[in-house]
Amino acid sequence: MTLLQRPVLVLLLLVTHHLLQCWIAFGSVDEEGQKQEEFNEELLLKPLPDRTVLAHFHFQSSAPPSTSNGRHHHLFPKAISQLVQKFRVKEMELSFTQGRWNYERWGGFDPIASSNAKPPGVELWAVFDVPQHQVDASWKNLTHALSGLFCASINFLESTSTYSAPEWSFPPSSGNLRYGTLPREAVCTENLTPWLKLLPCRDKAGLAVLLDRPSIYRGFYHSQRLHLTSTGSGSKGTDSGIILNQALTVVLQPIQPNGQRASMDHASEKHIQPSWSLSSIFGKQVRGRCVLAKSSKVYLQLDRGLVAELKRIHKENEKSVANGLTSENFWSYPSFELSANPDRIVVEENSLHSKSSSILYNFQVEKYSESEPLDLGLTWKIPVVWLCQSAPLHSSRYLMGSGNERGAIAISLKSTQLREGFMGAFADNERCELRVDVFQVVPWYVKVYFHSLQVFIDQQPKAVSDVIEKIHVSPSKDKVSPGMMEMVLKLPCRVKSAALTIEFDKGFLHIDEYPPDANQGFDIPSAIISFPNFHASMFFLEDGSVNKSPLLSKFQEKSPVMSYTEVLLVPLTTPDFSMPYNVITITCTVFALYFGSLLNVLRRRIAEEERFLKDKATKKTGQLPLLLSKLSAKLRGRPWEPPHSPPSSSFFISSKLVFKVILVAGLAVSWQYYFS
Amino acid sequence: MQKMGKQKNKTASFSFWNWVIASIIFRLILIYFPKNLNLASRPEVSTPLTSFRRLAEGYWLKQLSMSPYAGFSFCFFFFSLCPTFFNFFFILIRQKKEMYLIFLVFGYSGSMYHGSPLLLSLLGPLTVKRIEGQPNHLLYSLVSVIADVVSAILIRATGKNLRLAYLRSLESLDIVQQTKASEILSPGDAAALIYLWNPFTIVACVGLSTSPIENMAVILCLYGACSRLVPLAAFGWVIATHLSLYPAILIIPVIFLLGCGPDAPPRKLFLQKNNKEEVLSKSKLRLGFSWRPITHFAFWALLWSAYVLVLCGISLKQFGGLWEMFKSTYGFILTVEDLSPNIGVLWYFFAEVFDFFRNFFLIVFHVNILFMIMPLAIRLHHRPCFLAFVYIAIFSMLKSYPSVGDSALYLGLLGWFVNELADIQFSFFLFCGYVGVSLLSPVMHTLWIWRGTGNANFYFATAMVYACLQIILVVEGVSAMLNHDRKLRNLATSKPQDAKS
Repeated sequence: MTLLQRPVLVLLLLVTHHLLQCWIAFGSVDEEGQKQEEFNEELLLKPLPDRTVLAHFHFQSSAPPSTSNGRHHHLFPKAISQLVQKFRVKEMELSFTQGRWNYERWGGFDPIASSNAKPPGVELWAVFDVPQHQVDASWKNLTHALSGLFCASINFLESTSTYSAPEWSFPPSSGNLRYGTLPREAVCTENLTPWLKLLPCRDKAGLAVLLDRPSIYRGFYHSQRLHLTSTGSGSKGTDSGIILNQALTVVLQPIQPNGQRASMDHASEKHIQPSWSLSSIFGKQVRGRCVLAKSSKVYLQLDRGLVAELKRIHKENEKSVANGLTSENFWSYPSFELSANPDRIVVEENSLHSKSSSILYNFQVEKYSESEPLDLGLTWKIPVVWLCQSAPLHSSRYLMGSGNERGAIAISLKSTQLREGFMGAFADNERCELRVDVFQVVPWYVKVYFHSLQVFIDQQPKAVSDVIEKIHVSPSKDKVSPGMMEMVLKLPCRVKSAALTIEFDKGFLHIDEYPPDANQGFDIPSAIISFPNFHASMFFLEDGSVNKSPLLSKFQEKSPVMSYTEVLLVPLTTPDFSMPYNVITITCTVFALYFGSLLNVLRRRIAEEERFLKDKATKKTGQLPLLLSKLSAKLRGRPWEPPHSPPSSSFFISSKLVFKVILVAGLAVSWQYYFS
Repeated sequence: MQKMGKQKNKTASFSFWNWVIASIIFRLILIYFPKNLNLASRPEVSTPLTSFRRLAEGYWLKQLSMSPYAGFSFCFFFFSLCPTFFNFFFILIRQKKEMYLIFLVFGYSGSMYHGSPLLLSLLGPLTVKRIEGQPNHLLYSLVSVIADVVSAILIRATGKNLRLAYLRSLESLDIVQQTKASEILSPGDAAALIYLWNPFTIVACVGLSTSPIENMAVILCLYGACSRLVPLAAFGWVIATHLSLYPAILIIPVIFLLGCGPDAPPRKLFLQKNNKEEVLSKSKLRLGFSWRPITHFAFWALLWSAYVLVLCGISLKQFGGLWEMFKSTYGFILTVEDLSPNIGVLWYFFAEVFDFFRNFFLIVFHVNILFMIMPLAIRLHHRPCFLAFVYIAIFSMLKSYPSVGDSALYLGLLGWFVNELADIQFSFFLFCGYVGVSLLSPVMHTLWIWRGTGNANFYFATAMVYACLQIILVVEGVSAMLNHDRKLRNLATSKPQDAKS
């Protein structure tokens, strides 16, 4: 009996499970025709020129505005929706980053580099849908909530001296925007785990399985991002729809098999790019999609530069070896080999600023399963060298000066190879101008002298008003608010290099305000350099697939090219932390010395004056003590002599003293009476 | 004191004006040194209140239609073409090269400049004006030099005034003969030359700080009171108080000066004298306290302060008004917010003290200045100029952001009392101390800030020593002055007896 029952039970379970799965995954339209919550997972892999691989995970959960759900969600993380509803967040982005995005090598023009590369540490900005005067309060509450949610010290962004309100230089410009960074925040697995908990399948199934902690944190750069937009619904009673984009970008170095490393000595193979596969970079394989995901895709992107290089190699080979391959499907040419067959190939529409376009190979994870895992790999056959497309100007920032009293911040912009292409398009125009936006926040203890702003173009000093079209400054206020500077520069197109310098004084803090390791220095957050005339977006022709993929539609969004500069470390002078008691006692001693000695000098009288006073005092003293002393002298049988210190001998008689005693006693009595 | 000793010989052989011209030339030579010898950034010269760079920053912010104190965050646009349709909304200011600035004002705040708005309007334009081929801040430096020279001339005139009054009072006591022997040189000349040639004054002047102007206001006040120019005295007092708050307590010596004339031996002495020899006519000396000039002074002080406040109000109309000014000038002085090192002792104290006690100590330290006002006024009321000197010395020692410019002022005024303080104790020790501290303090600062090998405690130690030296100077000065009065009384009272015997 039991033997019979068990298979039936298993069968039943299997059937219900499948049914449930189908209902959840494909039931995106419910009975009322309302949109349901959705979850999409995507992974983009991209070989980088410096023998590394970029992996960009993108998870999108969306909750449409609805009344029916109430407070309940099927897929959408409840913590986030509560956050949005409580603090009325319109848009928010939180990023945890470790390492610095290398704009020169990994590119600065594509959507990943310009909107997903983030400054080290924590960066948070949020736009609120509340009246102006409540924004700060909402921000404070939000930082505390996020701090608890992500196990990070985001709550340090609560104090007014750490966040600022950019007016227009930050892209989603609005009066209700608050922006804050914590450059020193260490990011690690305790921040990743809560982030993964927001996914419906966590890291148990789907693409997130790849997120093996040791291999991620071994990388050169990793940045986890949480971006949410609430599509506000005006009507009462309905909750606003929320779109939550979670992205994790890692740059990893593939581990090469030992054999290949040995063969590296060979001259021709020296420049060959390392071959990699999912299992070699993550140590895991994709064993199927997350059953709750609407779509689950893996993309392999070949950069514009790489495609152009491959085309060039292909043409050369075509000339030398006349083989039958046409130039249209050159990507199947065996300069590299993919371990899995792509389901679809998406080619980018020719972009404005570059000649070639990038290619995306699409892999559907649905086709793979436990028994047949997706282990996407790329094996290079021939050495390829290419460059990623970078932003029009490469920006970097550094400190000048020595010593702990003052210094200067310099932001330098150097032209990159893109400028030539850009020049080709707009060259002949003499009035051609390159617009650069600079946004810089400095903490209050770096006291910036805004009048000392200097601009150098091609090493020549220029008048500030010639270059800066628009500037917005909010000077720092001690211990209250940081200094903020927003600028719009108009540079001539032919500019080779430009530099901005601004001087500052280093502040001195109270001992309690220094962080634990005070001698390490203080961080100045990254400046944001953006190029509003350039848009880091890709255009794709195939509408169907693009619309379905949140990642690709994200790539198509028009956003200005942005880059973050380095975080600066400013050493500040420290007082002696062990001295408070000594300083207090010594200083008070000096004050006492001053007070005491001056008062002493003022009341000191020299000998003759004292004698004179004594005489006066004896004259004044009453008759009674005189009589008494005379009497005592008689009793003792000695000749009477006038008293030596009359004031002291006549203390019990002195009317003044008696009066004083009575006054004090009276005061005390009245005090007692009044207060009891 | 040693300096005075040196001066004595010099003034004996050279005329006063030669030395004044020489001092001007010396200052100009220093000004023409490249980058002003970096004196403008020394912590001894530029405190948050007197710093030239902060003044320039405040002026820059003000030019951009932003509050120099609170700092309204602002926006301005440079347009190469004239956007006439914007004129309707925005203030346009014409810049060179056909540039237009458009200012938009937003509310936010900053903290760089803590001086007077009047100074900003008067000196601000000089911070940006440049003459080709000349040092960067030549015009501003020239203003400082002129302020120094004017101060020196006023000090000289006051000193002469004091000398005359002193001689007159001695005459009335019939002790001119005895004291004449000890007279060496005119105190006016000595004081003026000490003021002009004091390295502290020179450094403050060349270092582009605003203290020469603050000092000039104080001296103007004392000069006006000494020569009974009531409106001038009131003006000086109001301006000095407006610029740095502490000179407010000079109202007590000014009242004494106006009420009973410049320094004289104690009044009691004249009364005793008069009792003994009734031949002396009372008309020769005013012994009573006259209230008329004081009411005048009060009237003028009110008038001037109203005038100054109105001017400030106008210049700060769109930036939060007078309250904002008081908060970031007087408030900044009284709460010691800036903890950057200076030659005083309060910065390190408040950097180290526990936050819990901060307010308590703020009160204690400020009350320390006020506490000594009454005892000194009672004991030295017959010598108002010396009283003023003592007050100035005390507040320049205990003020929140002292600089060498403040010390220069009281060291200059010390010259007025060359004859009275001739037998001050520890004068050589004090001189050596001043020289030693002014050499050691920059060394300690360099070791701590620039080389990173020293420690804040070393620099603080020199500040402590400096404070002690000033304390000794004040205490010994007061003691010597009281002794001098005693000597005069002895002379005055013993003389008739000598004559009889």
